[in-house]
Formats: sequence, structure tokens, C-alpha cells
Amino acid sequence: MINKKVANAEEAINDIKDGDTLMLGGFGLCGIPEKCIAALVSKGIKNLTCISNNAGVDDFGIGLMLQQKQVKKMVSSYVGENAEFERQLLSGELDVELIPQGTLAFRCMAAGYGMPAIFTPAGIGTEVAIGKEVRNFNGKDYLLEKAFEANFAIVKAWKGDTAGNLIFKATSRNFNTVMAMAGRITIAEVEELVEPGELDPNQIHVPGIYVHRIFKGSDYEKRIEKKTTSI
Amino acid sequence: MLDKEAIAKRIAQEIQNNSYVNLGIGIPTLVANYIPKNIQVCFQSENGLLGMGPFPREIEVDADLINAGKQTITMLPGAAIFDSAMSFGMIHAQKIDLTILGAMEVSENGDIANWKIPGKMVKGMGGAMDLVASAKNIIVAMQHVNKAGESKLLQACTLPLTGIRCVKKIVTELAVLAVLPEGGFKLLERAPGVSVEAIKKATLGKLIIEGQIPEMSFD
Repeated sequence: MINKKVANAEEAINDIKDGDTLMLGGFGLCGIPEKCIAALVSKGIKNLTCISNNAGVDDFGIGLMLQQKQVKKMVSSYVGENAEFERQLLSGELDVELIPQGTLAFRCMAAGYGMPAIFTPAGIGTEVAIGKEVRNFNGKDYLLEKAFEANFAIVKAWKGDTAGNLIFKATSRNFNTVMAMAGRITIAEVEELVEPGELDPNQIHVPGIYVHRIFKGSDYEKRIEKKTTSI
Repeated sequence: MLDKEAIAKRIAQEIQNNSYVNLGIGIPTLVANYIPKNIQVCFQSENGLLGMGPFPREIEVDADLINAGKQTITMLPGAAIFDSAMSFGMIHAQKIDLTILGAMEVSENGDIANWKIPGKMVKGMGGAMDLVASAKNIIVAMQHVNKAGESKLLQACTLPLTGIRCVKKIVTELAVLAVLPEGGFKLLERAPGVSVEAIKKATLGKLIIEGQIPEMSFD
């Protein structure tokens, strides 16, 4: 098996440079690659374009990169709950492209499947459709949306092996699988890293061919954005 | 006049047996608390879960298990996890029977605006544009008028649109209304104690009133 193992987050992100386009997995703070984000923050890489469903909160997730003004542009579907983000957006420091959540997922999926574009009805008749090609199939209008191109995809999995195979837990799967498939270089951080043969091939969510570097992160904070309990 | 819980309770009556339902954030989330005992329903959360259960007890809280509103939740027996692409795949393939969501404005031809107030609020559309573009049935849960006292049921939306000609029904604190395919809000039911006159006053778009309008019943 081809060994994809690297020592840590610093090594995994060592060739990410100013101006790169990154995909970052996660939904809210669930399943975000917190170790790689920390490494990107301490390395201080700037002018990044980040494709991620959300932008973290003020002091966690991508919010940490925003605090350091490392992000030039965000491509996201929902960016509420982040005051620094809103400030940078309204002051014009940050460029933001808001796109429907399904479109975000499908543009990742298209990249991972080698398809140049997809058609979706999401955004028809709205400002999302401005400047985009519309095609009618069976009486319904669809927008042409292009596959993403990202230098790096950074994802967080539950378990992985050194061959790069990944397994996710519960709803932390979210965008992580499709982004893992979509990066030119894909970096996976995992809670448990095992040798080839120790994961059941029937249970793999992302096959290792899509993953270029894998490392085990430790002491995951896994912050909860909205802890809600029943009484 | 209904409070938020009562709006949710009235919408729960719309849920058909054996249906897959996506609930939006806010009042729609409350609908899950009022599903009649004899109704089988499966809730989808667009971050990748079918078979969403109630909020967890303290000891069950799992950071890896949240709903699309980012709240911690549980899974019911028979639940399934999938990624965001499959989640929106099943939405666009019209496997979801009913979508219930909030709105800032709805027009008399069924257009909906609920994601942006230019210059004031920029949070994003999340999954709403996908859901309204493909749902077989869309019910909007909202207040009849905004905080400034202006009607949210309009001839045409003034805010940036989320989707066009998609809303089928609206439940507010005052009334239940159907959006007719040919345009117009058809008044179906009044909230207890609310007059047709009060609903007329609060509705700026074309309101269609035929015969006696019954009061909503909650039993």
C-alpha cells in the first residue's frame, strides 16, 4: 500500500502558500480540520480563498484565520454567528461569495468525479443566477454550475489508515467526503490512524486514492456551537 | 392570535403519514414536538441525517452529531448518515415530501425571500435555495407582519428572492392561507378570535375570501 502518512499538521500543510485556494471540510464546527487550521494560523499564510460551508465562530475554526486576516475570499453557504466575519465583510476587507449549500456540495462532487459542471435548480430566479447559463430540461430551468478547482482540500475524519482510507463519524461526514475527493492535494487529519488492513474495506467512506497526506491529530477540542439538551 | 408553539402545532396537522420532512430553523423546528401519535414521519437534516431524534440528554451529547441548525441532537433507530452531496441529491430528486421553513416575505405567486436584507443582514441562504427549488410541498411558518408592522404577504417580494413560485401554504399567527397556482392568497382558516377584517388589514397581497372562513381547530 502507498504510505500517505506525515508526522503532523505542520508537515501536512508545509507547501500551502499565500494566495492558494483551500477547501475546508465541516458543517458549523462539526467535523472541521482543527489541527490544520491551527497550523495555518501559526504559519500565517495570507490571501487565502477558502471554500467551506461556514466560516467558523469568532474564536474557533476558520474564525481564527479571519482574526489574523489570512482570508481574502470566502465561498460559503451560511456565515452567520461570526461578528468578525460580518465586520470584515461590511468594511470590504473580505470578499464573500454566498452559494446554495447543495450547489457547494455538487461543485465539490463534480470535481471529485471528474465532471466539469453540474445543473441545479437552486437559485433559479434569484441573484445567484445572474450571469450563469440556464438550461431547460423537461420544462424546468436549471443553472449550470462549474466544478470547483482547489489547490488543497483539508478534511477531518474519525478513523483513517496510512493508505489514506477514511471513515467518518455521524454528521461530521458532511462536506468532508466530497471535499476529500475534490482537492488537487488532499490532506486528512484523523482521530485514529491505523495500519492498512485494520479498517474494514466495506466501511470505507473515502478510498485512499483521493487522499495524499494523512496524520493523527491529538487532543481534539470538538467545540459545540449550540449545545441543546432535553430536560 | 397564535404564539409560535401554536403555529407549530397547527402546521403539524399538515404532516401526512409515512412522509419524509425537512424542518427549517426557528418555528419549523418546533413542529417536531406536535406530530400526532398515529403519524409516522422521518425528519431529514440537510447536513446529512435521516431519522433525526429529539435533543440529547446531557450524557448523550455528541459534538459529531448535530442538526442543520448546529444544535446537538440524537438519532432514532433506523437513522442513516450521509454526506452533503447525497443529502442535496435526495432533496433535488424530490424524495423529501414536505419542507417547512420560515420567511421574511412571501408573494402572492409563491415567491419566497428569507436569506438576505441588503446592507443589514448577510448570513447566507444555507440549504434554503435548494429546498425551495425542489420540494414537492412547501409550507411557510412566519409572522403575518414584520416588526415594523408591515405585511409580509405581498404582491411581490421586495427582498432578494430565495426561490420562485414554490410556496404552497402559509401558517401565521393570524391565519392559514393557500397560495393558488394562478396567484393570490386564499384564506382557509382564521386563528381563534381573529376576524377576517384583521387578516385583510395585515395582508398586502391579493387575498381571496370565499364563503365563511372557519377557525383553526386544535384537538
